[in-house]
Amino acid sequence: MLRLPSVDEKAPREPGILPAEEEAALVRGLRRGDAAAFETVVRRFGGPMLAVARRFLPQTHDAEDALQDAFLSAFKAFAGFEGGSRLSTWLHRIVVNAALMKLRSRRRKPEESIDDLLPTFREDGHAADHPVPGWRTSAEENLERQETRQIVRSCIDRLPESYRNVLLLRDIEGFDTAETARLLDVNSNVVKIRLHRARQALRTLLNPRFAGARTP
Amino acid sequence: MITCRELYDFIHDYLSGELPAPEGARFEEHLAVCESCVNYLESYRKTVALGKRACLRDEDPVPPEVPEELVRAILDSRRRSG
Repeated sequence: MLRLPSVDEKAPREPGILPAEEEAALVRGLRRGDAAAFETVVRRFGGPMLAVARRFLPQTHDAEDALQDAFLSAFKAFAGFEGGSRLSTWLHRIVVNAALMKLRSRRRKPEESIDDLLPTFREDGHAADHPVPGWRTSAEENLERQETRQIVRSCIDRLPESYRNVLLLRDIEGFDTAETARLLDVNSNVVKIRLHRARQALRTLLNPRFAGARTP
Repeated sequence: MITCRELYDFIHDYLSGELPAPEGARFEEHLAVCESCVNYLESYRKTVALGKRACLRDEDPVPPEVPEELVRAILDSRRRSG
């Protein structure tokens, strides 16, 4: 009898990632339509997938709707899952797609301009805030503090949506430029321009916190 | 030599290794004499690192729990859809 991973077994170090043998058994169960296998997938992968959905959809109910949509899409498509990628990778792409679909389905308000968050320059080509001060503190070290992580996340949330989505897909979710372009239905050059501007805007938002500060 | 403005425009391509060699040389020539742009570039790099580390799941060893009623709703939907 095939052994499916139990939901109360000790979780692997990386949430949602299963040892290859367990994953293969789980996929066989899914292909057979085994109800226990579907429940295992929801319980094992649901938490990490919900975390992904929340990054795109800060409202809890929107993120939960996207998660439900993602699982329903996945359940319909399991027959076509050939194991060319890890189950976690396949589900990750599906929940990102579901979150983007949810964003598209919402009534769109006119997006705020990102221009106010981009660097400005003097006529001689120098930055308007020349000389730019260094970030003297090791900003990364401060990420040990939950408060700092919350601040960074809240600054990402403040980016205009079309820029935030590119930053999330490229820098956080790990999609390359071509994949990001496909997911957003734009061309690769648009992705590169939006990513650069999103990073610049995020840097502007974080600058007061880290510029020259010894203990942000 | 390129201006600070041009250097800012090239940062994405420079960091992703897509800046052609001649422009890359001019980029680094500017950095060699402009501490302000060195500081901007470093803060841009740190911004990318901060964003990644603030969001990535290994910073949150316990992922959010899916509410039990949502688990049930998902599984019920699957059963209904056959």
